[in-house]
Amino acid sequence: MKMHYGFPIIAGLLIFIALLCAPFAMGTAVTKEYKQPELKLPAGEKECIESKEFMREKHMQLLNDWRDWALRDGKRTYTNHKGKEFTISLQNTCMKCHTNKAEFCDKCHDDAGVSPYCWDCHIQPEGLK
Amino acid sequence: MKNDRRTFIKLAGIAAAGIAVAPKAMASSGQSPVKVNANAVHAKHWAMVIDTTKLHTEEKIAKLAEVCHAIHNVPNVEGNKEVKWLWSDAYAHTFPEQENPHLSEEVHQRTFPLLCNHCENPPCVRVCPTKATYQRPDGIVAMDYHRCIGCRYCMAGCPYGSRSFNWGEPRKNLDLEKLNPEFPTRMRGVVEKCNFCVERLAIGKQPACVEASEGAIVFGDLRDPDSEVRQVLRERFTIRRKPTAGTEPSVYYII
Repeated sequence: MKMHYGFPIIAGLLIFIALLCAPFAMGTAVTKEYKQPELKLPAGEKECIESKEFMREKHMQLLNDWRDWALRDGKRTYTNHKGKEFTISLQNTCMKCHTNKAEFCDKCHDDAGVSPYCWDCHIQPEGLK
Repeated sequence: MKNDRRTFIKLAGIAAAGIAVAPKAMASSGQSPVKVNANAVHAKHWAMVIDTTKLHTEEKIAKLAEVCHAIHNVPNVEGNKEVKWLWSDAYAHTFPEQENPHLSEEVHQRTFPLLCNHCENPPCVRVCPTKATYQRPDGIVAMDYHRCIGCRYCMAGCPYGSRSFNWGEPRKNLDLEKLNPEFPTRMRGVVEKCNFCVERLAIGKQPACVEASEGAIVFGDLRDPDSEVRQVLRERFTIRRKPTAGTEPSVYYII
């Protein structure tokens, strides 16, 4: 059986599929160009509350737990996986080491396109202007 | 092995017992990573007694309010959108049910310090739809500003007007140079109030107003018969605000 208008149909389909795939192909190119932001890590302190991987993936869950433990349960001392104790406080524990919000928090949050509203209430370490 | 019904039922029984026991055994092996601060002060029920024979002038109370508002970054707003944790008012407004026309002149002219009463039966907690305000086991009525949606039911529920709503951005009415960096501010659209200085109790300190009152305010455990609070309550005549509201305030006034 002969296909009527075979060439335009096949060509049209190919163009359509190419357009459909273009964002993925071009996206990969952009992803290759993307570099992870360079964070300014605390000068004096080598170890965070938990391991680097844990903090990278789960700091939001940890902060969420911290909030409930401190406020709701009145338990304000956290023991990490190595047995070291920390006072539960974003402002007074986390930000005493990470003394620059712009050089630490914002770098990844800006890239990831998330804007947590922690700082609507909590005072950033460099103070408010 | 011969698989008959009897062995099957036996194995099923063992498996069922295992399923019933295993989650509990696993849960108990993971210890909670949090505990109460080592130097925190504890009570079964915190209460405050204010000696209005010593603390009855506007200036003295304003000084306490200043300390309280400074450490909690409470914005200074004039007019009917004010935000306050500690303030003062006249006898008639403080004890409206306990007024009589022939009240001692001296008592009638006093000014009374007011704050959140941290009621034993707090209506604000009952009406809060998000549980943003809640009563801790030690009696303190606390606020979780992360959860407050600003519906102001609690303000309607509170018979003492102890709660303030942040109509605007609180930081616009704060001196940003003089903020207490140890304590957060609040955001627009949340209700706030006195917290009996839970953050200070957690590090073993007394509430700021108690410390600044030079002995005019006593703070302690209401459930402990030997506590200073109970001793004062035993020896002096005290009243509480609006007894008919049935909220059982934890703030007592020596008259």
